[in-house]
Amino acid sequence: MKLKFGVVIFPGSNCDHDTYHVLKHILNQETVYLWHKDVDLQGCDAIVLPGGFSYGDYIRTGAVAKLSPIMNSVIDFADRGGIVMGICNGFQILTESGLLPGALIKNQNLKFVCKDVYIKAVNRDSLWSKSLEKDTLLTPIAHGEGNYFTDAETLAELEKNDQVIFKYASSKGEISDVYNPNGSVSNIAGIMNKSGNVFGMMPHPERSSDEALRKLDGVQIFNSLISNFIK
Amino acid sequence: MFKAKVVIKRKKSILDPQGKAAEHGAVLLGYKNISNVRIDKQVEFLVHVDEQDAAQKEVTEFCTKLLSNPNMENFEINLEKIDEA
Repeated sequence: MKLKFGVVIFPGSNCDHDTYHVLKHILNQETVYLWHKDVDLQGCDAIVLPGGFSYGDYIRTGAVAKLSPIMNSVIDFADRGGIVMGICNGFQILTESGLLPGALIKNQNLKFVCKDVYIKAVNRDSLWSKSLEKDTLLTPIAHGEGNYFTDAETLAELEKNDQVIFKYASSKGEISDVYNPNGSVSNIAGIMNKSGNVFGMMPHPERSSDEALRKLDGVQIFNSLISNFIK
Repeated sequence: MFKAKVVIKRKKSILDPQGKAAEHGAVLLGYKNISNVRIDKQVEFLVHVDEQDAAQKEVTEFCTKLLSNPNMENFEINLEKIDEA
């Protein structure tokens, strides 16, 4: 199936072109850029908030981006069941705007972490994980504020509703503190909302989607979304 | 007019890695009496209204909607009445 994707550009987004490239040229989906000052989502089936440092991460990561005119449309779209995916800074914007619970705070070791890590799909029923070829994927991370935090009550709720999709793990899918790169509660790398149409993750699937990079695990996440999307 | 000083603090339950790093620095400097270091944010601005209640309301909204994230932070507001310059 061919979907129409909209990749939002905020001032300071820097993974917008990578994401566009993967969706348009590798996955052959209709893809458009959406400017943060626009309000028209141009009839897109799915909106992607890409990685980067929107508004220089001022105040808190994603805190200013959530006030962009386009975000009112994105929130409205999500409330009506529209598919929204946030990657890295996009995930931070989704938590700031209240579309996803919790917050992303400074990495526990205070360092910007840039490396490839394994994540395990702990829920294989979501749009983004249903058609993965395997449970454990190698994906790049690059963030200073990727430490997912939520209070115990919300965490219990997330786990109970199967909203946690990805957790940091070993290459064999073992989940433990040793494989947690940033201090996230319960090793959380990606979650979705209760109704399953809004999803955010810190790792960058778009950076492991092109054969030229010799890393291809990330593309499975986009493929899963495309093949399970119901128009 | 009011001068607002807002202090934004991480909730106690949230680890403050910067505070921890500073605390560790205190140990390295040889200070033995320092603990529980927390690094907060202070924001100052002017509020151009005459009534304290109105100022309090507007600042509270500003803090809730932008300056702090209720998931992880609390804030304290301090308003000082000043003369229009």
